[in-house]
Amino acid sequence: MASANGGAYSYSLTVFSPSGKLVQIEHALAAVSQGTTSLGIKASNGIVIATEKKSSSILIDDSMVDKVAVICPNIGIVYSGMGPDFRILVNKARKSAQSYFKVYGEYPPTRVLTQEIATVMQEATQSGGVRPYGVSLLVAGWDINRGPTLYQVDPSGSFWAWKASAIGKNMVNAKTFLEKRIEDAIHTALLTLKEGFEGQMTEKTIEIGVVTVPTTDELEHAKTSPETGRPKPTFRKLTEEEVRDYLAL
Amino acid sequence: MSIMELNGGSVIAMVGKDCVAIASDLRLGNQALGLSSNFQRIFPVTDRIYVGLPGLGTDVHTLWEKFRFRVNMYTIKEEREIEPETFAHLVSSTLYEHRFGPYFIEPVIAGLAKTPSGGVKPFIAATDLIGCLNFAKDFVVAGTASSKLFGMAEGLWEPDLEPEDLFETISQALMNAVDRDAYSGWGCVVHVITKDKIVTRTLKGRMD
Repeated sequence: MASANGGAYSYSLTVFSPSGKLVQIEHALAAVSQGTTSLGIKASNGIVIATEKKSSSILIDDSMVDKVAVICPNIGIVYSGMGPDFRILVNKARKSAQSYFKVYGEYPPTRVLTQEIATVMQEATQSGGVRPYGVSLLVAGWDINRGPTLYQVDPSGSFWAWKASAIGKNMVNAKTFLEKRIEDAIHTALLTLKEGFEGQMTEKTIEIGVVTVPTTDELEHAKTSPETGRPKPTFRKLTEEEVRDYLAL
Repeated sequence: MSIMELNGGSVIAMVGKDCVAIASDLRLGNQALGLSSNFQRIFPVTDRIYVGLPGLGTDVHTLWEKFRFRVNMYTIKEEREIEPETFAHLVSSTLYEHRFGPYFIEPVIAGLAKTPSGGVKPFIAATDLIGCLNFAKDFVVAGTASSKLFGMAEGLWEPDLEPEDLFETISQALMNAVDRDAYSGWGCVVHVITKDKIVTRTLKGRMD
Protein backbone atom coordinates (compact mmCIF):
# COMPACT_ATOMS: atom_id res chain seq x y z
CA MET A 1 0.00 0.00 0.00
CA ALA A 2 2.66 2.45 0.91
CA SER A 3 3.86 3.41 -2.52
CA ALA A 4 5.17 6.33 -4.48
CA ASN A 5 1.75 7.28 -5.82
CA GLY A 6 0.28 7.72 -2.36
CA GLY A 7 -1.52 4.39 -2.15
CA ALA A 8 -5.15 3.36 -2.45
CA TYR A 9 -6.52 6.32 -0.52
CA SER A 10 -5.02 9.04 -2.64
CA TYR A 11 -7.64 9.11 -5.40
CA SER A 12 -11.12 9.24 -3.92
CA LEU A 13 -10.77 12.45 -2.06
CA THR A 14 -13.73 11.88 0.20
CA VAL A 15 -12.37 8.66 1.69
CA PHE A 16 -10.35 8.80 4.89
CA SER A 17 -7.18 6.76 5.06
CA PRO A 18 -6.99 4.40 8.07
CA SER A 19 -4.68 6.86 9.77
CA GLY A 20 -7.41 9.52 9.61
CA LYS A 21 -5.95 11.61 6.84
CA LEU A 22 -7.56 12.91 3.68
CA VAL A 23 -4.58 12.44 1.43
CA GLN A 24 -5.78 14.74 -1.34
CA ILE A 25 -5.81 17.69 1.06
CA GLU A 26 -2.20 16.98 1.96
CA HIS A 27 -1.38 16.91 -1.74
CA ALA A 28 -3.12 20.25 -2.14
CA LEU A 29 -0.95 21.67 0.62
CA ALA A 30 2.07 20.29 -1.22
CA ALA A 31 0.92 22.19 -4.31
CA VAL A 32 0.71 25.34 -2.20
CA SER A 33 4.20 24.90 -0.79
CA GLN A 34 5.54 24.73 -4.33
CA GLY A 35 3.86 28.03 -5.18
CA THR A 36 5.53 31.43 -5.03
CA THR A 37 5.94 33.02 -1.62
CA SER A 38 3.25 35.43 -0.42
CA LEU A 39 3.05 37.18 2.89
CA GLY A 40 0.92 39.44 4.98
CA ILE A 41 1.81 41.69 7.89
CA LYS A 42 -0.50 43.56 10.20
CA ALA A 43 0.64 46.92 11.54
CA SER A 44 -1.04 49.32 13.94
CA ASN A 45 -2.33 51.51 11.13
CA GLY A 46 -2.98 48.91 8.43
CA ILE A 47 -1.96 45.70 6.71
CA VAL A 48 0.42 44.85 3.90
CA ILE A 49 0.12 41.82 1.66
CA ALA A 50 2.81 41.10 -0.90
CA THR A 51 3.83 38.43 -3.35
CA GLU A 52 6.40 37.45 -5.91
CA LYS A 53 5.28 37.50 -9.50
CA LYS A 54 8.20 36.15 -11.43
CA SER A 55 7.21 35.05 -14.89
CA SER A 56 8.54 31.97 -16.57
CA SER A 57 9.42 33.85 -19.75
CA ILE A 58 10.64 37.33 -20.50
CA LEU A 59 8.05 37.46 -23.28
CA ILE A 60 5.17 37.54 -20.80
CA ASP A 61 3.64 40.98 -20.29
CA ASP A 62 4.01 41.09 -16.52
CA SER A 63 2.03 44.30 -16.20
CA MET A 64 -1.03 42.19 -16.98
CA VAL A 65 -0.37 39.54 -14.34
CA ASP A 66 -2.53 40.07 -11.24
CA LYS A 67 -1.79 38.10 -8.11
CA VAL A 68 -3.12 40.54 -5.56
CA ALA A 69 -6.86 40.88 -6.08
CA VAL A 70 -9.31 43.49 -4.82
CA ILE A 71 -12.48 41.76 -3.63
CA CYS A 72 -14.42 44.79 -2.42
CA PRO A 73 -13.35 48.30 -1.32
CA ASN A 74 -12.28 47.08 2.12
CA ILE A 75 -10.84 43.62 1.35
CA GLY A 76 -8.03 42.25 -0.79
CA ILE A 77 -6.46 38.81 -1.14
CA VAL A 78 -3.24 37.22 -2.33
CA TYR A 79 -2.44 33.56 -2.94
CA SER A 80 0.23 30.92 -3.19
CA GLY A 81 -0.39 27.86 -5.32
CA MET A 82 -2.35 27.37 -8.50
CA GLY A 83 -3.27 30.54 -10.40
CA PRO A 84 -6.40 29.22 -12.12
CA ASP A 85 -7.87 27.99 -8.84
CA PHE A 86 -7.25 31.42 -7.34
CA ARG A 87 -9.13 33.08 -10.21
CA ILE A 88 -12.19 30.95 -9.46
CA LEU A 89 -12.05 31.86 -5.78
CA VAL A 90 -11.63 35.58 -6.56
CA ASN A 91 -14.74 35.42 -8.70
CA LYS A 92 -16.76 33.65 -6.02
CA ALA A 93 -15.49 36.01 -3.32
CA ARG A 94 -16.39 39.10 -5.36
CA LYS A 95 -19.86 37.73 -6.05
CA SER A 96 -20.30 36.91 -2.39
CA ALA A 97 -19.25 40.44 -1.38
CA GLN A 98 -21.65 42.00 -3.86
CA SER A 99 -24.59 39.84 -2.82
CA TYR A 100 -23.86 40.80 0.79
CA PHE A 101 -23.92 44.43 -0.31
CA LYS A 102 -27.23 43.84 -2.08
CA VAL A 103 -28.87 42.69 1.14
CA TYR A 104 -27.24 44.91 3.77
CA GLY A 105 -26.18 47.99 1.80
CA GLU A 106 -22.59 47.65 3.01
CA TYR A 107 -19.61 45.40 2.29
CA PRO A 108 -18.95 42.34 4.46
CA PRO A 109 -16.59 42.43 7.43
CA THR A 110 -13.29 40.61 6.77
CA ARG A 111 -14.20 37.66 8.94
CA VAL A 112 -17.54 37.08 7.25
CA LEU A 113 -15.99 37.13 3.78
CA THR A 114 -13.13 34.89 4.92
CA GLN A 115 -15.63 32.44 6.32
CA GLU A 116 -17.52 32.51 3.03
CA ILE A 117 -14.36 31.70 1.04
CA ALA A 118 -13.39 29.03 3.56
CA THR A 119 -16.81 27.41 3.15
CA VAL A 120 -16.32 27.25 -0.62
CA MET A 121 -12.92 25.63 -0.10
CA GLN A 122 -14.25 23.17 2.46
CA GLU A 123 -17.02 22.07 0.10
CA ALA A 124 -14.33 20.92 -2.31
CA THR A 125 -13.11 18.49 0.35
CA GLN A 126 -16.46 16.81 0.91
CA SER A 127 -18.08 16.69 -2.54
CA GLY A 128 -17.82 13.99 -5.14
CA GLY A 129 -16.05 14.47 -8.45
CA VAL A 130 -13.97 17.47 -7.40
CA ARG A 131 -10.48 18.11 -6.09
CA PRO A 132 -9.56 20.58 -3.37
CA TYR A 133 -8.46 24.08 -4.36
CA GLY A 134 -4.68 24.13 -4.79
CA VAL A 135 -4.22 27.46 -3.05
CA SER A 136 -3.71 29.06 0.33
CA LEU A 137 -4.99 32.62 0.65
CA LEU A 138 -4.10 35.64 2.70
CA VAL A 139 -7.16 37.83 3.21
CA ALA A 140 -6.50 41.39 4.36
CA GLY A 141 -9.32 43.76 5.18
CA TRP A 142 -10.67 46.49 7.35
CA ASP A 143 -14.09 46.78 9.00
CA ILE A 144 -15.62 49.06 11.60
CA ASN A 145 -15.95 46.29 14.18
CA ARG A 146 -12.60 44.53 14.21
CA GLY A 147 -10.42 47.10 12.45
CA PRO A 148 -7.65 45.74 10.23
CA THR A 149 -7.53 41.93 10.19
CA LEU A 150 -5.41 39.40 8.33
CA TYR A 151 -6.61 35.83 7.71
CA GLN A 152 -5.04 32.79 6.11
CA VAL A 153 -7.27 30.20 4.43
CA ASP A 154 -5.98 26.72 3.55
CA PRO A 155 -7.23 24.15 1.00
CA SER A 156 -8.90 22.22 3.82
CA GLY A 157 -11.13 25.21 4.50
CA SER A 158 -9.59 26.02 7.86
CA PHE A 159 -8.72 29.64 8.54
CA TRP A 160 -6.82 31.62 11.17
CA ALA A 161 -6.24 35.24 12.00
CA TRP A 162 -2.58 36.29 11.98
CA LYS A 163 -0.46 39.23 13.01
CA ALA A 164 1.87 38.16 10.22
CA SER A 165 2.05 35.10 8.04
CA ALA A 166 3.68 33.67 4.95
CA ILE A 167 2.52 31.01 2.50
CA GLY A 168 4.16 29.24 -0.41
CA LYS A 169 7.62 28.02 -1.30
CA ASN A 170 9.62 29.86 1.32
CA MET A 171 6.99 29.97 4.06
CA VAL A 172 8.97 28.29 6.85
CA ASN A 173 11.96 30.60 6.50
CA ALA A 174 9.78 33.62 5.84
CA LYS A 175 7.77 32.98 8.99
CA THR A 176 10.87 32.73 11.18
CA PHE A 177 12.11 35.92 9.56
CA LEU A 178 8.79 37.63 10.31
CA GLU A 179 8.90 36.49 13.92
CA LYS A 180 12.23 38.24 14.35
CA ARG A 181 11.10 41.63 13.13
CA ILE A 182 7.69 43.24 13.13
CA GLU A 183 8.19 46.97 12.64
CA ASP A 184 7.45 48.90 9.52
CA ALA A 185 5.11 46.55 7.70
CA ILE A 186 5.89 47.41 4.08
CA HIS A 187 9.64 47.25 4.67
CA THR A 188 9.43 44.03 6.61
CA ALA A 189 7.35 42.62 3.77
CA LEU A 190 9.95 43.59 1.21
CA LEU A 191 12.82 42.25 3.34
CA THR A 192 11.01 38.97 3.98
CA LEU A 193 10.24 38.59 0.31
CA LYS A 194 13.87 39.30 -0.50
CA GLU A 195 14.91 36.30 1.64
CA GLY A 196 15.09 33.45 -0.80
CA PHE A 197 14.07 35.58 -3.76
CA GLU A 198 15.58 34.25 -6.95
CA GLY A 199 16.78 36.92 -9.34
CA GLN A 200 16.19 40.64 -9.26
CA MET A 201 13.40 42.03 -7.07
CA THR A 202 11.85 44.96 -8.91
CA GLU A 203 8.45 46.63 -9.19
CA LYS A 204 7.84 44.23 -12.08
CA THR A 205 8.49 41.08 -10.09
CA ILE A 206 6.45 41.73 -6.97
CA GLU A 207 2.98 42.95 -6.13
CA ILE A 208 1.85 44.71 -2.97
CA GLY A 209 -1.58 45.48 -1.54
CA VAL A 210 -2.24 47.63 1.52
CA VAL A 211 -5.11 48.14 3.94
CA THR A 212 -5.14 51.63 5.44
CA VAL A 213 -7.11 52.27 8.60
CA PRO A 214 -9.38 55.30 8.10
CA THR A 215 -9.14 58.13 10.62
CA THR A 216 -12.10 58.88 12.88
CA ASP A 217 -12.60 62.06 10.91
CA GLU A 218 -12.85 60.13 7.65
CA LEU A 219 -15.30 57.72 9.26
CA GLU A 220 -17.43 60.46 10.77
CA HIS A 221 -17.95 62.24 7.45
CA ALA A 222 -17.81 59.26 5.10
CA LYS A 223 -15.91 60.90 2.28
CA THR A 224 -16.93 59.83 -1.19
CA SER A 225 -14.84 60.25 -4.28
CA PRO A 226 -16.23 62.94 -6.57
CA GLU A 227 -15.77 60.77 -9.69
CA THR A 228 -17.38 57.53 -8.59
CA GLY A 229 -19.54 58.71 -5.68
CA ARG A 230 -18.24 55.70 -3.72
CA PRO A 231 -16.60 55.81 -0.32
CA LYS A 232 -12.81 55.86 -0.27
CA PRO A 233 -11.61 52.24 -0.36
CA THR A 234 -9.57 50.97 2.58
CA PHE A 235 -7.84 48.30 0.49
CA ARG A 236 -5.78 49.17 -2.57
CA LYS A 237 -2.93 47.81 -4.63
CA LEU A 238 0.30 49.78 -4.81
CA THR A 239 1.16 51.02 -8.28
CA GLU A 240 4.46 50.04 -9.90
CA GLU A 241 5.78 53.54 -9.17
CA GLU A 242 4.93 53.24 -5.49
CA VAL A 243 6.55 49.81 -5.29
CA ARG A 244 9.66 51.20 -6.97
CA ASP A 245 9.82 54.01 -4.42
CA TYR A 246 9.59 51.58 -1.52
CA LEU A 247 12.27 49.35 -3.05
CA ALA A 248 14.55 52.36 -3.46
CA LEU A 249 14.36 53.24 0.24
CA MET B 1 -61.75 47.32 -0.62
CA SER B 2 -57.96 47.54 -0.38
CA ILE B 3 -56.12 44.77 1.41
CA MET B 4 -53.81 47.40 2.88
CA GLU B 5 -56.83 48.78 4.74
CA LEU B 6 -58.48 45.50 5.74
CA ASN B 7 -57.21 45.43 9.33
CA GLY B 8 -56.30 49.09 9.75
CA GLY B 9 -53.50 50.52 11.90
CA SER B 10 -50.86 53.26 11.66
CA VAL B 11 -47.27 53.85 12.70
CA ILE B 12 -45.18 57.01 13.03
CA ALA B 13 -41.51 57.59 13.90
CA MET B 14 -39.75 60.85 14.75
CA VAL B 15 -36.20 62.05 15.29
CA GLY B 16 -35.24 64.07 18.37
CA LYS B 17 -31.98 65.26 19.90
CA ASP B 18 -29.93 62.06 20.47
CA CYS B 19 -33.20 60.15 20.64
CA VAL B 20 -35.89 58.68 18.42
CA ALA B 21 -39.53 57.81 19.02
CA ILE B 22 -41.79 55.31 17.32
CA ALA B 23 -45.51 54.94 18.02
CA SER B 24 -48.56 53.12 16.72
CA ASP B 25 -52.22 52.60 17.51
CA LEU B 26 -53.48 49.33 18.98
CA ARG B 27 -56.49 48.57 16.78
CA LEU B 28 -57.03 45.44 14.76
CA GLY B 29 -60.23 45.37 12.77
CA ASN B 30 -62.12 43.65 10.00
CA GLN B 31 -62.93 46.67 7.88
CA ALA B 32 -65.18 48.83 10.07
CA LEU B 33 -65.62 46.14 12.73
CA GLY B 34 -63.13 46.48 15.59
CA LEU B 35 -61.69 43.15 16.81
CA SER B 36 -58.90 44.05 19.22
CA SER B 37 -57.64 47.09 21.09
CA ASN B 38 -54.42 45.32 22.05
CA PHE B 39 -52.73 44.47 18.75
CA GLN B 40 -48.93 44.76 18.78
CA ARG B 41 -47.42 46.00 15.53
CA ILE B 42 -44.19 47.56 16.87
CA PHE B 43 -41.43 45.09 17.77
CA PRO B 44 -37.97 45.42 19.35
CA VAL B 45 -35.19 44.30 16.97
CA THR B 46 -32.22 45.04 19.23
CA ASP B 47 -31.72 47.14 22.37
CA ARG B 48 -31.60 50.21 20.18
CA ILE B 49 -33.83 49.40 17.17
CA TYR B 50 -37.60 49.10 16.87
CA VAL B 51 -39.62 48.22 13.80
CA GLY B 52 -43.27 49.05 13.17
CA LEU B 53 -45.26 46.91 10.73
CA PRO B 54 -48.57 48.51 9.72
CA GLY B 55 -50.67 46.74 7.13
CA LEU B 56 -52.31 43.34 6.79
CA GLY B 57 -52.56 41.70 10.23
CA THR B 58 -51.48 38.22 9.13
CA ASP B 59 -48.41 39.64 7.41
CA VAL B 60 -47.47 41.56 10.56
CA HIS B 61 -46.85 38.22 12.28
CA THR B 62 -45.26 36.45 9.30
CA LEU B 63 -42.92 39.32 8.48
CA TRP B 64 -41.90 39.90 12.08
CA GLU B 65 -40.99 36.20 12.42
CA LYS B 66 -38.95 36.50 9.23
CA PHE B 67 -37.09 39.58 10.48
CA ARG B 68 -36.47 37.95 13.83
CA PHE B 69 -35.00 34.92 12.08
CA ARG B 70 -32.76 36.98 9.82
CA VAL B 71 -31.57 39.33 12.56
CA ASN B 72 -30.77 36.37 14.84
CA MET B 73 -28.78 34.70 12.06
CA TYR B 74 -26.95 37.97 11.42
CA THR B 75 -26.12 38.42 15.10
CA ILE B 76 -24.71 34.90 15.41
CA LYS B 77 -22.79 34.95 12.14
CA GLU B 78 -21.28 38.40 12.54
CA GLU B 79 -20.89 38.26 16.33
CA ARG B 80 -22.31 41.77 16.62
CA GLU B 81 -25.64 43.53 16.77
CA ILE B 82 -27.14 44.86 13.58
CA GLU B 83 -27.03 48.63 13.03
CA PRO B 84 -30.26 50.49 12.17
CA GLU B 85 -29.16 51.39 8.65
CA THR B 86 -28.09 47.81 7.93
CA PHE B 87 -31.40 46.57 9.30
CA ALA B 88 -33.25 49.01 7.04
CA HIS B 89 -31.47 47.50 4.04
CA LEU B 90 -32.31 44.02 5.29
CA VAL B 91 -35.99 45.01 5.53
CA SER B 92 -35.84 46.50 2.06
CA SER B 93 -34.26 43.46 0.42
CA THR B 94 -36.56 41.06 2.28
CA LEU B 95 -39.61 42.89 0.93
CA TYR B 96 -38.19 43.17 -2.57
CA GLU B 97 -37.68 39.39 -2.67
CA HIS B 98 -41.47 39.31 -2.95
CA ARG B 99 -41.68 42.03 -5.58
CA PHE B 100 -44.50 40.37 -7.52
CA GLY B 101 -46.49 38.98 -4.60
CA PRO B 102 -45.66 41.33 -1.78
CA TYR B 103 -46.30 41.29 1.94
CA PHE B 104 -48.95 43.95 2.53
CA ILE B 105 -46.87 45.82 5.08
CA GLU B 106 -45.19 49.23 5.00
CA PRO B 107 -42.47 48.99 7.67
CA VAL B 108 -41.20 51.88 9.76
CA ILE B 109 -37.76 51.62 11.40
CA ALA B 110 -36.46 53.71 14.29
CA GLY B 111 -33.18 53.31 16.10
CA LEU B 112 -29.96 54.79 17.37
CA ALA B 113 -26.85 54.13 15.30
CA LYS B 114 -23.38 53.94 16.81
CA THR B 115 -20.96 56.56 15.52
CA PRO B 116 -17.23 55.81 15.05
CA SER B 117 -16.40 58.18 17.92
CA GLY B 118 -18.63 56.26 20.33
CA GLY B 119 -21.73 58.45 20.33
CA VAL B 120 -25.20 57.73 18.98
CA LYS B 121 -27.01 59.10 15.95
CA PRO B 122 -30.79 58.95 15.56
CA PHE B 123 -32.00 56.96 12.57
CA ILE B 124 -35.47 56.55 11.09
CA ALA B 125 -36.62 55.06 7.82
CA ALA B 126 -39.71 53.72 6.14
CA THR B 127 -40.34 51.60 3.08
CA ASP B 128 -43.30 50.85 0.87
CA LEU B 129 -44.62 47.31 0.54
CA ILE B 130 -41.95 46.31 -1.99
CA GLY B 131 -39.06 47.77 -0.01
CA CYS B 132 -38.39 51.20 -1.52
CA LEU B 133 -36.45 52.92 1.28
CA ASN B 134 -37.22 56.40 2.51
CA PHE B 135 -34.53 57.79 4.82
CA ALA B 136 -36.00 60.87 6.46
CA LYS B 137 -34.32 63.44 8.70
CA ASP B 138 -37.48 64.42 10.58
CA PHE B 139 -40.36 61.91 10.66
CA VAL B 140 -41.87 59.00 8.75
CA VAL B 141 -45.47 57.76 8.73
CA ALA B 142 -47.32 54.71 7.43
CA GLY B 143 -50.67 52.98 7.69
CA THR B 144 -54.33 53.85 7.12
CA ALA B 145 -53.99 57.22 8.88
CA SER B 146 -50.79 58.17 7.03
CA SER B 147 -52.30 61.18 5.28
CA LYS B 148 -53.54 62.57 8.59
CA LEU B 149 -50.25 61.70 10.29
CA PHE B 150 -48.37 63.69 7.66
CA GLY B 151 -50.51 66.71 8.44
CA MET B 152 -50.07 66.43 12.20
CA ALA B 153 -46.32 65.76 12.01
CA GLU B 154 -45.76 68.65 9.59
CA GLY B 155 -47.51 70.91 12.08
CA LEU B 156 -46.02 69.71 15.38
CA TRP B 157 -42.50 68.43 14.71
CA GLU B 158 -39.48 70.65 15.26
CA PRO B 159 -35.75 69.91 15.26
CA ASP B 160 -33.72 68.78 18.32
CA LEU B 161 -36.58 67.85 20.63
CA GLU B 162 -35.53 66.43 24.00
CA PRO B 163 -36.93 62.95 24.85
CA GLU B 164 -39.86 64.30 26.94
CA ASP B 165 -40.85 66.85 24.30
CA LEU B 166 -40.44 64.28 21.56
CA PHE B 167 -42.81 61.98 23.47
CA GLU B 168 -45.41 64.73 23.72
CA THR B 169 -45.04 65.65 20.04
CA ILE B 170 -45.30 62.12 18.66
CA SER B 171 -48.19 61.26 21.03
CA GLN B 172 -50.23 64.33 20.04
CA ALA B 173 -49.50 63.77 16.36
CA LEU B 174 -50.57 60.14 16.50
CA MET B 175 -53.61 60.50 18.80
CA ASN B 176 -55.10 63.37 16.81
CA ALA B 177 -54.39 61.70 13.46
CA VAL B 178 -55.97 58.36 14.37
CA ASP B 179 -59.06 60.13 15.71
CA ARG B 180 -59.68 61.27 12.14
CA ASP B 181 -59.24 57.72 10.78
CA ALA B 182 -61.96 55.08 11.19
CA TYR B 183 -59.49 52.20 10.78
CA SER B 184 -56.89 53.34 13.34
CA GLY B 185 -57.14 54.19 17.03
CA TRP B 186 -58.41 52.30 20.10
CA GLY B 187 -55.35 53.30 22.14
CA CYS B 188 -51.70 53.87 21.32
CA VAL B 189 -48.23 52.70 22.32
CA VAL B 190 -45.21 55.01 22.24
CA HIS B 191 -41.52 54.04 22.54
CA VAL B 192 -38.86 56.69 23.11
CA ILE B 193 -35.33 55.36 22.54
CA THR B 194 -32.43 57.19 24.18
CA LYS B 195 -28.79 56.26 24.66
CA ASP B 196 -29.24 54.60 28.04
CA LYS B 197 -32.91 53.66 28.19
CA ILE B 198 -36.14 53.04 26.32
CA VAL B 199 -39.37 54.47 27.71
CA THR B 200 -42.56 52.69 26.62
CA ARG B 201 -45.95 54.18 27.41
CA THR B 202 -49.45 53.06 26.40
CA LEU B 203 -52.03 55.78 25.88
CA LYS B 204 -55.81 55.60 26.18
CA GLY B 205 -57.74 56.84 23.17
CA ARG B 206 -61.31 57.31 21.97
CA MET B 207 -63.15 54.00 21.58
CA ASP B 208 -65.37 55.04 18.66
